[in-house]
Amino acid sequence: MATGIRDKVAILGMGCTKFGERWDAGSEQLMTEAFNEALADAGIERKQIQAAWLGSALEYVNMGNSAIPMSTGLRLAGIPVSRMENMCATGTEVLRGAAYAVASGAVDFALALGVEKLKDTGYGGLPISGRGTLNDLWMPYCSAPAGFAQLASGYRAKWGIGRDDLKQAMARVSWKSHQNGVKNPKAHLRKAVSMDSILHAPMIAEPLGVFDCCGVSDGSACAILTTPEIARSLGKKDLVTIKALQLSVSGGRESGSAEWDGSHVVNTRIAAARAYQEAGITDPRKQLSQIEVHDCFSITELVTMEDLGVSDEGRAVYDILDGAFDADGRLPCQIDGGLKCFGHPIGASGLRMVYEHYLQLLGRAGERQLKNPTLGLSHNLGGVPYNGVAAISIVGLQ
Amino acid sequence: MARGAIAEAHAWALPSLKGLAKGEKALCSWDEDAITLAVEAARDCLGPGTPPKLAGLTLASTSAPFADLQNAGVAAGALHLDTGVPCLDASGSTRAGLSALAQSLEAAAGDRLVLAAERRAARPGSVQEMQYGAGGAALLVGEGDLAARYLGRESIMVPFVDHFREADARYDYAWEERWIRDEGVARLVPQAVKSLLKRLGLGVERVAQFGLSGAPAGSDRMVAKALTITPDRIIPDLIDEVGDAGAAHAPLLLIGALERARPGDVIVVAAFGQGCEVLAFEMQDGGRRPARGLARAVEAGVTETAYTKLLSFGGELSLDWGPRSEVQPKAALTQQYRAGEQITGFIGGRCSACGQVQFPRLPNCVKCAATATQTPFPLADEKAKVATYSADWLMFYPAPPLYVGLVQFDAGARVLMEIVEVGAAGIDVGTPLRMVFRLKAHDNLRHYGRYFWKAVPTA
Repeated sequence: MATGIRDKVAILGMGCTKFGERWDAGSEQLMTEAFNEALADAGIERKQIQAAWLGSALEYVNMGNSAIPMSTGLRLAGIPVSRMENMCATGTEVLRGAAYAVASGAVDFALALGVEKLKDTGYGGLPISGRGTLNDLWMPYCSAPAGFAQLASGYRAKWGIGRDDLKQAMARVSWKSHQNGVKNPKAHLRKAVSMDSILHAPMIAEPLGVFDCCGVSDGSACAILTTPEIARSLGKKDLVTIKALQLSVSGGRESGSAEWDGSHVVNTRIAAARAYQEAGITDPRKQLSQIEVHDCFSITELVTMEDLGVSDEGRAVYDILDGAFDADGRLPCQIDGGLKCFGHPIGASGLRMVYEHYLQLLGRAGERQLKNPTLGLSHNLGGVPYNGVAAISIVGLQ
Repeated sequence: MARGAIAEAHAWALPSLKGLAKGEKALCSWDEDAITLAVEAARDCLGPGTPPKLAGLTLASTSAPFADLQNAGVAAGALHLDTGVPCLDASGSTRAGLSALAQSLEAAAGDRLVLAAERRAARPGSVQEMQYGAGGAALLVGEGDLAARYLGRESIMVPFVDHFREADARYDYAWEERWIRDEGVARLVPQAVKSLLKRLGLGVERVAQFGLSGAPAGSDRMVAKALTITPDRIIPDLIDEVGDAGAAHAPLLLIGALERARPGDVIVVAAFGQGCEVLAFEMQDGGRRPARGLARAVEAGVTETAYTKLLSFGGELSLDWGPRSEVQPKAALTQQYRAGEQITGFIGGRCSACGQVQFPRLPNCVKCAATATQTPFPLADEKAKVATYSADWLMFYPAPPLYVGLVQFDAGARVLMEIVEVGAAGIDVGTPLRMVFRLKAHDNLRHYGRYFWKAVPTA
């Protein structure tokens, strides 16, 4: 009988680069920065790492396919290294791979690293990727914001909310993340913006304006994992352990049948339910100290509050406007600025979220440190709301 | 497209175009061509549901997209015709539409579908730019319950070159209109009509509807006068509403006559070009009326005044669409063949185990995951509405914004689709949609356009 991942794996060390338009750095440099920080934090040597997972989503603008670029870049001579790609949920996927390796007893020390170099394309936004020879024949080529913007139409229709009211709540989501990003020295965007600027920004994909969209950034984040026992034997006192790692991938029903109403993300709900069970969480609103969600677009964060069960259905708009998820709200969300302001180097984002929990749980979050956090949830989405990947990781103090 | 807007744009250099700036001409969007126009006309002609058993399909055009890849064959796939229907492209002259119709009418027994469609390029600033309009016509010919009975044909072929376009040339080159009218039309057309009527034993007073295509403006009145056909019997020439639709024009005039005529009326339609083609019909009271037809299609037109849109859609102006437009959408022909019926005909699947209708038709059912249980289910004529949508200003799209959304069919299928022809009222969840056959993407490197279906708001 499967018992899940809860408390079987400890985070020994983590690293994260400054995210942003890293004109100064290629993928090799970004990986090295994140890795060296994690290695120093873990207090082990490079040669002790026995297996590694690399996450990079868009190989054609990053460093190519396979795991060789990381093995070569970090000089991980001879150990098994695997490359993982599962769209924007890639960062959580590499954590899952490494955690399962440790939990299985196959290795003592495993590395999970995500990296993305998006600013070598010559233009803003994400590059365009193919979707296979069959889908290319019929599926429209729409941008990521247009994929997620469709949530707004579905949400409005379901709850009878006016365009302006929804836009106001979406703007409040971004406003809050900009407030938080100011306090994060590693964030891509560190500037507060007014509600007025957000509401009147140029349209990207209706109803998403430019401030409803997250930063497209370069960056890398990294975790070194081991067992709680080994971590203690190495002298670690405050242990951050993995409580849950869950993934849910669409089977095509949202986009291929009338089952879905367009107002939420089915996979998030499935993954969250499993993750709460794995972590032993019965009341997420009370038990979680902080959440980092996949706020690729403001509307995504809004519906995610309901999908994670931290807002009642149809009430996220009001909770957001009431400040429930602000830094001083009932459940701080995106305390590090989120994808919106910390930035979104795709392969690294899932690990970046866990990095923030790790810092907060160990009291290392500086100016944005929360009071006595014990449990943090990360939510990492790939694809589009109607056809995608939802990954949840929960970490906490043991 | 308002002709005034075209003339206005050229007024600094070509003020004389103002003399032609009357009415509108039919403008194609970037994703329409002779094939898509022909398919839409054919769907209107045939009506929804299983297509009839046909003995032939002909597509006439001087501007069909492919030189070696049968355009009629693509249309046959979109119409989901039986693969045993012989198909043929007709071209070489703007009279090809009427010639193809005559050939089908005179062929052996069996119903035949004749399509004529045109989207001709015209050099910016040219008279042709003012005159040429896009259009498609479809006529089902055969025996039995008829809208009109075919009486006969007169065909004259003489080396009178009024305009030409070499095989790889983009634009037509035309001679002086006065010469074409006086030396060509005035001498050749009345003679051909008279000859046909004489052979049919009909007096000119029996002609209730007379139309002429391919000739300078006003030629129909001139020829009618020469034949003593009164002006009230001239079929409206469509020039102020559609423009000169080339090979499709004479078939469109015929359709216009069919929509106006009463049983017993004799209809004579002529197409000028290296001589002329003249066909005569007698109106009956049968046949199937199209859901929309010509008059309603013209009425549904929306006036466009952005001249650069005409240029950009027609490929005359290369706008800077930015780096996102650099993607070359190469189609895998192997995959295109494997999914040919699904993609071209918009044929989804219905699961025999659970009943779910779906698109695409993948090996395992989207609902119950049963393997190999799906039977073909055509979606092109099914009712649908918007389930979710956005208007995408970020993605490269030749007619921004790209409206995209999940389209929910009443039959159960749900498909992520482009939504085109969204008017000023916009769309929302629940907006009813109909399906149209359009160009999905064009590979500018390899010169290959591929087609799929898009949704159009009906309200």
